[in-house]
Order: sequence, then structure tokens, then C-alpha cells
Amino acid sequence: MGDILVFAEHDGGKVKKSAFELLSKANELVASAGGSVMAVAIGSGLDSVVAELAAHGAKKVILAENANLATYNTMAFTKALAAIVDEFKPSIVLASASEAGKDFIPRLAARLKAGLASDATDLRIDGGKLVATKPVYSGKASVEVSFNSAIQMATTRPNSFPIAEPKAGAQAETIKKSVEVGDLVCALVALEKADSSGKADLTEAEIIVSGGRAMGNADNFKILNELADVIGATVGASRAAVDSGFAPHSMQVGQTGKVVNPKLYIACGISGAIQHLAGMRTSKVIVAINKDPEAPIFTKADYGIVGDLFTLVPLIKEEMKKALA
Amino acid sequence: MKIAVLVKQVPDTETKIAPKADKSGIEEAGVKFIMNPYDENAVEEAIKLGGETTVIGLGPDRVVESLRTALAMGIAKAVHIDTAGKSLDAFSSATVLAAAIKEGGYDLVICGKQAIDNDNSQTVQMVAELIGAAQVMNVEKLEIAGDKAKITRRTSAGKEIYESSFPLVIGADKALNTPRYASLPGIMKAKTKPVDKKTAEALLGGAAALVTFSNYQLPPERAAGKKIDGEPAVQAAQLVKLLREEAKVI
Repeated sequence: MGDILVFAEHDGGKVKKSAFELLSKANELVASAGGSVMAVAIGSGLDSVVAELAAHGAKKVILAENANLATYNTMAFTKALAAIVDEFKPSIVLASASEAGKDFIPRLAARLKAGLASDATDLRIDGGKLVATKPVYSGKASVEVSFNSAIQMATTRPNSFPIAEPKAGAQAETIKKSVEVGDLVCALVALEKADSSGKADLTEAEIIVSGGRAMGNADNFKILNELADVIGATVGASRAAVDSGFAPHSMQVGQTGKVVNPKLYIACGISGAIQHLAGMRTSKVIVAINKDPEAPIFTKADYGIVGDLFTLVPLIKEEMKKALA
Repeated sequence: MKIAVLVKQVPDTETKIAPKADKSGIEEAGVKFIMNPYDENAVEEAIKLGGETTVIGLGPDRVVESLRTALAMGIAKAVHIDTAGKSLDAFSSATVLAAAIKEGGYDLVICGKQAIDNDNSQTVQMVAELIGAAQVMNVEKLEIAGDKAKITRRTSAGKEIYESSFPLVIGADKALNTPRYASLPGIMKAKTKPVDKKTAEALLGGAAALVTFSNYQLPPERAAGKKIDGEPAVQAAQLVKLLREEAKVI
């Protein structure tokens, strides 16, 4: 098998956890099938990412730099990564199914005439070729994706793979590439920063506290936010809550919202409609709090509490505070 | 301005999915197909913008139903690209759609940000690449002034505003608008609007699928877990204890 190239995302020079997941998985694949693992970071001023990527198993770290790449741009990132793939000729390219990964990796795949599995939850090598498992119908079913192209690409859902213990002091060959991106026909001209600073995006969050129609109104989400602050969670909502105007669509978990994969999902006042369950069923641990003992959510929950969320959520927050103190 | 809207049919969100016995796909018998929900937002946006609007649907005969819906909502004309039993992956679908878009010479292509069947979210970006257009996904607001578009989308970073020239491909998010219902006169009028027929085979130009989907399976069932009983204070304490000591997630 050839080499694996991991597109390593970073936030202002701090490597994202998803990159470590991908490097861990890539090393597992080459251990049995052969080949070497490379990582590429795109941006400007990237020296800070090298040591961490090496420690997590990148044998070669490629830094694709250009002042134009400091801010994410679809066309610029496509061009930059295409140039790196052309030069370093990996047979497999892996990226996180993050906001950026979902945005530009399909475009890159079309440019390279490479097959792409989106949002994969497992990867393996069979007969020297990549096989990806991915959910379809928002997780109501899964499918195996095999490749007919020379270059095989996959984006993987955050929190899908365990991160191997980093090896401090591991060395990687570092290669700097200045990438020309040219004029941008479509460019970011303004950014209004979100006020949820420090909160992980729902699709990448490790803990999610979600509210349903029983929240009653938008103000009541305050109690979920307070619990979320204590346990480092991101707050989500069901379609019923979004349709009732209690929360914006960007918070919606489910088939027509975001599909999430946290280690802990706390569903508050969510009945568990099939389209909501589809969006969160791969959560490692599900907690359901609902007044209705017959709510379908209880059939999927690891821990269920029949009771009033307005009483329980503040009590859970206080218990968590004590436990985490 | 010439605007194309791409629509796909998907199983209704309330559908229980069942793989075929040979796992090569899902059982379609008895499944209610609907216009992909995000595509409804794409149709609405095109109607709001006005100009010369065309809805393009790739798929089997049943797709014509959704094309008629788009026409009834207010789109001027439709193109049905018949897959005629041929199975297309995202890249070959994008190849076919890109060929149809090039033939039509559209300035703006509006799509739903993803189809909720395969959940690939690939075809839109691939179409943009293949026609050499800029793309913006997850769009919440679209404004057009002369030869420029101002596009707003929301990411975890916040609200991003892009400025782009044409041609441009847009992936619509739910927040873009509220799709209208077709009116009765609209439905009557739709019956006389033209639906052009093309075949995927002819537009494919020999391009092959790059990936194959197989082994469709249902996910493992989650077993119901523990019910935590008692007074609320006891329940809360017990839950936190279990999450820390048994599940080890806190």
C-alpha cells in the first residue's frame, strides 16, 4: 500500500484533536498494510504544529504556507492541498468531517478524480485498498464504501477513533512549501464572532446537553447552558424545540440538523422522534430526562430519569459541581 | 440572471429504513419519497430572486413529482435527467449535473446543502469544481447586487460574510428562508410548464463511479439501560455517580 496523508487541522497553530485521531488511525492502518504516514497543515506561521504531529505519529510533516491561507477559504485550501497531493503522491488522503473538511474535501476529490467517503466512522484496508464504513440516512443504516480510484479519500466523523499515547520527542521530517493561491473570486469580507466562545461545535463536542419541546421557551434554555458550563458541554436542541422557536436551527440535532457523536448526550424533555434519534444514536452514553415514562427516548438511553427537567437539571448541575470540584 | 436549482428525492424523514436482503441498497417498496428538505429552501430562494429559473432533477421517473412541486411553487421550467436504473455515485452525479448546467449556461446554481439519504454532502461541491464556479455551503442569506453576490453563512466561528463573482454555487441551509406551499393556481399552472427530458447516460460522457456502496446494514440496536428512581435529589446524585464511576464519561 502507498502512503497516507492526513490533513491536520489547527486553530491558530494549535492542532485540533481530530488530527490526533486521524494520525492514530493512519498509523494503525500502515502497521498492518505498509506505507508511511504524513501530515499536512495549511495556514501561515505553522512551526508550532510540528512537534505535536510528530509525537502523534507523523513521519513527515508538510507545512503549506501562504499569508492568504491564514483564514480558511474553500478555493484556496483546495488549491493548496491539491498541490501537496500532486507532489507527495499519497494513495490515501484523510481529513476530519469538520466544517472545513466537509466544505472543501469534496471539491478536492473532484479535482483529483479521487473517490471520497464522507463522514466515515471506521476505516480498514482490504486487499491493499481502503474500505470505509459510513452512516447513511442519518445513521438509520450504515454502508461500506470501496474505491475504484487510484487516490482514495475519506473524511471521518469527529470522536470516532481513540487517540494513541503520544511519543514525546518523536522526530518528523519537516518540509515547508510556499503555496501560491492567486486571487480569490470568493472571499470572506466580514466575520461576526459567535458569542459561544470556547464552546465546541456540536458535531465535534464531547458532551452535549440538549433540550426539546418541553423546554417551553427560549429563556428556559438558560438552565441547560448553566449545566453545560459546569461540565464543558455544548447545548443542542430537538427539531420540535427549533420549530417552536426556542432555539436557532444551528443548534438542531437530528436528520435535518446536525449529526453528533459525543461521549455523553443528555436529552432533556426530548421525546425521541425517529429523526432526532437518527442524529444522536452513536453517542457513547445517552441520558434521558423526561416526564413521560413512555417516551421513546427511554428505549435508547443508558440512564433514564422519569421526572421534571426543571427540578432535575439544576440539581444535576449542583451534583456535578461538587463532583468536579 | 439564469438560475438553476438542483433537487433530489429522498425517503421521508419518518421512514424506517430496511436494507435489501442482499444488502445492496434499501427497500424502496412502500417508502414515501419527498423533495430533499434543504432543496425546498433552494427552490424558494430561486423564486424569491426571480429571473430565468430552471429546476433540474436527477433520478428515476418519480423525481418528476418533485419537479412539478417546484414548478407549482413558482419555478419557470424543469429538466428531468433520467438515471434509468443506472446507479451513480456523487462524482458521476456531479459530472452529469455539471454537463446539464454547462449546456444551460447558468450564472447561479442553488442546491440544498446536502441530501439526507446518503448524507454525503459531496455533489454540490463537486458540481462547483466541475463547472469552475465558486461555492459557498450552509448559506443563511443571499443578496445579489449587479455582478456580485453577498453570501452569509454560520459556522462555529460565527457569522461569515462572503463576496463572490459569478458563476456561483450555493448550498442552502434551513435558515435561508421558509419554503412556500404551492397554491392551487400554481399547481394548475405547473401542469402546462415544460419538463425537458435528458438521460444521465448521455451526459455522463463515459465518466465512471469512483466509489461503490455495499453491505447496507442496520446499526446495532441500543438496549434500554437503567431507570434511576427516587426523589429528584437522589436521582441527580445517583446519575452523577453512575456517569463518573460506571460510564466514566465525566
